[in-house]
Amino acid sequence: MTRLLLRGGRVVDPAARRDGIADLLVENGRLSRIGERLDAASADVVDASGKLVFPGFIDLHVHLREPGFEYKESILSGAQAAAAGGFSAVCAMANTDPVNDHRTVTRWIADRAREAGFSRVYPIGAITKGMRGEELSEFGEMKEAGAVAVSDDGRWVANGSVMRRALEYATLFDLPVATHAEDESLSGRGAMNEGRVSTRLGLSAQPAEAESIAVARDLTLCELAGGRLHVCHVSTARSVALIREAKARGVRVTCEVTPHHLFLTDEEVARSGFSTATKVNPPLRGERDVAALHEALLDGTIDALATDHAPHHADEKAVDYESAPFGLVGLETAASLFHDRLVRTGRVPVARMVELFSGGPARAFSLPGGGLVEGKDADFTVFDPAAEVEVDPRAFRSRARNTPFAGARLTGAVAATYVAGREVYRRP
Amino acid sequence: MTKAGLRSKDLLGIEPLDPEEIGLILDTAESMAEIGRREIKKVPALRGRMVVNLFFEASTRTRFSFETAEKWLSADTLNFAAKGTSVEKGETLLDTAKNLEAMSPDFLVIRHSSPGVPHFLASQLKTRVINAGDGAHEHPTQALLDALTIRQRKKSFENLKVAIVGDIAHSRVVRSNVWCLTKLKAKVTLCAPPTLMPVDIESMGVSATSDFEEALSGADVVMMLRVQIERGGKMAFPSSREYFARYGLTRERLALARPDAIVMHPGPMNRGVEISSEIADDADRSVILSQVANGVAVRMAVLYLLAGGTPRAWQEGA
Repeated sequence: MTRLLLRGGRVVDPAARRDGIADLLVENGRLSRIGERLDAASADVVDASGKLVFPGFIDLHVHLREPGFEYKESILSGAQAAAAGGFSAVCAMANTDPVNDHRTVTRWIADRAREAGFSRVYPIGAITKGMRGEELSEFGEMKEAGAVAVSDDGRWVANGSVMRRALEYATLFDLPVATHAEDESLSGRGAMNEGRVSTRLGLSAQPAEAESIAVARDLTLCELAGGRLHVCHVSTARSVALIREAKARGVRVTCEVTPHHLFLTDEEVARSGFSTATKVNPPLRGERDVAALHEALLDGTIDALATDHAPHHADEKAVDYESAPFGLVGLETAASLFHDRLVRTGRVPVARMVELFSGGPARAFSLPGGGLVEGKDADFTVFDPAAEVEVDPRAFRSRARNTPFAGARLTGAVAATYVAGREVYRRP
Repeated sequence: MTKAGLRSKDLLGIEPLDPEEIGLILDTAESMAEIGRREIKKVPALRGRMVVNLFFEASTRTRFSFETAEKWLSADTLNFAAKGTSVEKGETLLDTAKNLEAMSPDFLVIRHSSPGVPHFLASQLKTRVINAGDGAHEHPTQALLDALTIRQRKKSFENLKVAIVGDIAHSRVVRSNVWCLTKLKAKVTLCAPPTLMPVDIESMGVSATSDFEEALSGADVVMMLRVQIERGGKMAFPSSREYFARYGLTRERLALARPDAIVMHPGPMNRGVEISSEIADDADRSVILSQVANGVAVRMAVLYLLAGGTPRAWQEGA
């Protein structure tokens, strides 16, 4: 029997209303005890004093690019990046090649992730075949193969009837339907947020309403059809207001926010001199939207922090702004950014951070984890709140380097990540 | 600003320039204009220097204007147009630029349809970069030649009322002109149908209206812009006929401006869409061909100053 004793860390688990110094005893991959001064006999002892111990982080929205785009990221490199970011589990989006719209692809991804080790990888199946927005994929078979949600990822299901059927059909399997809310007839795939900055820079732009109109439709359809709607990377003031109202009415909706939408505005596009690392969809928004996201983070409207980790090869981003692909990487910077900008400054309590990184996402997609429970898998994240780090993309485990936070100096870093009691990352 | 010239190695836009730098370029251009009136139009100011004109987007006026300026300053020039080159074989923008840089040019003059390309290349290359128009962002030498033309006719910019009318949304000329004219303390009014007016444009320090008559009223300078159908302008109004009826510059409308108001256009003009032929060809009011002539002088001044030249020194070496 393998035994591990994590000694003397501050264990923060709002799901169990726990916040205090405690030991964690892990036996055969499971948490066998949480308590004070546990017996260390025959156990490997790890000193966690001065550190925070959280239930393992869960990221509902990452792109691992395999199969099909391994030159950007592979399941192995993505899972290593996740582990380095404190994520013991991630959900992999369906926009691979082939698209994950069939159980064979779903199972292949799940198997590859198991072989890779490191973080757990839960596949997300496509809502429609080929993500073309026309015919529903086989939700039931994909769920049996390991899918935890369905989503057409970067493509909004523009056809209202198809989306209605998706929400209705998903109720059979209790699968959340995750929506990328963007009315492309309005956004026109604009390269940045429409506003003062896009006007100054002359870049093609998408109005915030392209998102909120899509959110309003999807919420309305969810009320009509039933089911569980999950709004991906919510980024506008109007969107969060709509979700807040819908939740109050009892609509089964959850939503996520990304660190870049919390910590950057569209001014960053100008400040960075058109750096394509700032090109992301939904685009970086204005100050008013960012303020609304912070408010929604505190009042519980936002359920989860998700990175929308979107690796791209350097050559693909080394082009002009309008031609560059959307997306930035986030797995390895999310926790430090969140801690430095919000927890350290006292704006968000540490327990809320744990909720957003672990409990909230687990509940949104009905995933294992999200709390530290005796008898369950020992997935946890050890965080050093005093560590000083500088974001250095060259040191990323991810194959990609496309981050707008390069060079940022942050306080707080993931010290170690454990999956089923196994250390999958330790900070060098 | 150093005593000698401009602060930056590049000219990426008007936004980063201060009024003194703009004044220096205009003064230098004024003296350069004299070369164009000589029988032998050549001075040795850039002898032994090489300029690569990198035009990823179609251009007649700007490309020939730069080339003329380069030749009058005795620079060697290479012309690159995306068609018929390695770009068609799939070479990336950066690789193309780096390959050209390896031939050690002193300047890259860049025109591209995407905003920010000159900034991107300037950040990657050591060669001096001049923005010859980047998408709907900036066209700094156009604004400078416009400013020179206005200064020649109106002497001072202070409280000068400038109306810029047409496709504001898709125009790089308007953004550079707004930066330039407001830095020089002119009062700028932008006018377009709401469909061609970008959001929050007033944040650039201008007033905006969709009422053409209001914009024209009391204007000292009327600058007309082309509707850029190719950049999405076609969704903005139902027909050229209706556009001309609302926003076309005619003699009757021009009567609302000051009697000595000048009419400008960066070209190419769509006669009968934004401007009537009668006005375009009216030598008393239209300064459109002066703009073109001043373009050469301004581009000479920019090349010369970025090369480290000091005002007037070129004449000593001439």
